[in-house]
Amino acid sequence: MSSTGTTEPRKSVPAPKPNFAARMRQVAFSPNVIRTIAVATFFAIWEFYGRRMDPIFMAPPSAIFDAALQLIQSGALRKALIESLWPFAAGMTLTVILGIAIGVAIAQWRLVEYICDPFINALYAIPRIALVPLIILWVGLEFTGKVAILVSVAVFPIIVNTYAGIRDVRGSMLEIGRAYGATDAQIFFKIILPAAIPFIMAGVRLSVGLAIIGIIVAEFFTAISGLGGMIVEYANVFATAKLFVPIIVIALVGVVLTEIVMWAERRLSRWRTLERERL
Amino acid sequence: MPSSTEAMVVYEDVSKFFPMRAQSGRKHRPELMVALDRVNATIRKGEFITLLGPSGCGKTTLLRLSAGLLAVDEGRITIAGTPVSQPRKDACTVFQDFGLLPWRTVLANVEFPLEIDGIFRAERRETARHFIDLVGLTAFAEHYPHELSGGMQQRVGIARALTRRPLLIFMDEPFGALDAQTREQLQEDFLRIWTQSGATVIFVTHSIDEALLLSDRVFVLATGPGRMRAIVESPLARERLDGDIRKHPEFATCRADLRQMLRSDGA
Repeated sequence: MSSTGTTEPRKSVPAPKPNFAARMRQVAFSPNVIRTIAVATFFAIWEFYGRRMDPIFMAPPSAIFDAALQLIQSGALRKALIESLWPFAAGMTLTVILGIAIGVAIAQWRLVEYICDPFINALYAIPRIALVPLIILWVGLEFTGKVAILVSVAVFPIIVNTYAGIRDVRGSMLEIGRAYGATDAQIFFKIILPAAIPFIMAGVRLSVGLAIIGIIVAEFFTAISGLGGMIVEYANVFATAKLFVPIIVIALVGVVLTEIVMWAERRLSRWRTLERERL
Repeated sequence: MPSSTEAMVVYEDVSKFFPMRAQSGRKHRPELMVALDRVNATIRKGEFITLLGPSGCGKTTLLRLSAGLLAVDEGRITIAGTPVSQPRKDACTVFQDFGLLPWRTVLANVEFPLEIDGIFRAERRETARHFIDLVGLTAFAEHYPHELSGGMQQRVGIARALTRRPLLIFMDEPFGALDAQTREQLQEDFLRIWTQSGATVIFVTHSIDEALLLSDRVFVLATGPGRMRAIVESPLARERLDGDIRKHPEFATCRADLRQMLRSDGA
């Protein structure tokens, strides 16, 4: 034994205190401070130059704010928002159900995979926007048309990710189920599906972004309802300040939806991230 | 010792073939490689058996055949009088890579077999907690596998295998992935648990020390083709629970014999 025995081993030591200047620097350069300054500067420049430009081409933030208040008071914005969100919710639900179902089917049964493969690849290769006029011709302009266009645009990432997620499940993991005498259904619901959830959620996140594009494109074509319809309507009459309002609303809705999905994704995939960090 | 004369597992001329890699020339009929050639043995109820041999001797194959994860090509294996055709619920496996489900907590992992059996939540919770206590993980019941060390993960694997109170436990190099200290601790703890449980154990290892330390009898397998070379009684079986058997005079002799046997295998 070489230890002196008079001093206890130290488990922790106090960290040095940062001085005042260092702390100020830390605050000033924190990401959120920089972000806020950048955005505020952007709006200031926009306001400054926006006022000098022809209102047909550009509107300053203050004019957009006034237009937004006006559209909120008249109820036009509320109406358009509901007209967009309702088919969005329905279409997204259908996309998730259909995407997972198709993904599971082609991953689980070789026969289904070989039959569906050429069609899925062909559809995937065609830009789905090119199909929009055809879809409108078949199912009409309103609710059904919007849902159909949304699904056609947004369903692919979920199919592809569900398939990849299920195929990624290691044989050794399936063996746990077999060794403990699980039925095929038990192996699917207790091992395969939970193991594929992180992949599926990543697909859903990609799908939400595409679904927003899908719904707006659908409304551009129909040009009579929803936020997309509002954009076309105001653009046609050069009401530029009003035109910005639905754009900003779409951006906000997009951010909120993506945040919700990412939150769900983090919660459901926590084990996977933590497992990977360990390796 | 819990072992009796009652037969638990019987191997009768058990053979297993695997397809060989594609060969050039189509004149010959494709041949199958013999992975295990006519293995005969009887394991008594309550015995602790190790399957010892170099890699490629078919020890893991023999274990997987016994567990019903592979089908026998010739001969037959019976467990408690019934031929093995698929995994039995009263014979549980401990995997080399632990085989835990990473999205489940320790408790939920240990409950897994009982969930498969359709046992009600409250009851399986209670049983699972009992075995988590037994392997010394009481404080970690709500943790996830990735929050545990390798040794602790394998304790979970052992607890899971015990929840069904199985007749038979299959272990495929369960301590192979662990460091020396952890391995010794787990060997010791598992021996204690096994003595209480009365289960029959078939344990694959490539470590002579582990085989001598743990088992009543060692099945020594040889390669090319995989076959039973010898069945060796461990002289230490009766004393393994008290003190360090590595100090036992017969340990060294027995160890040297086994080493000689593995070496003369032409490897």
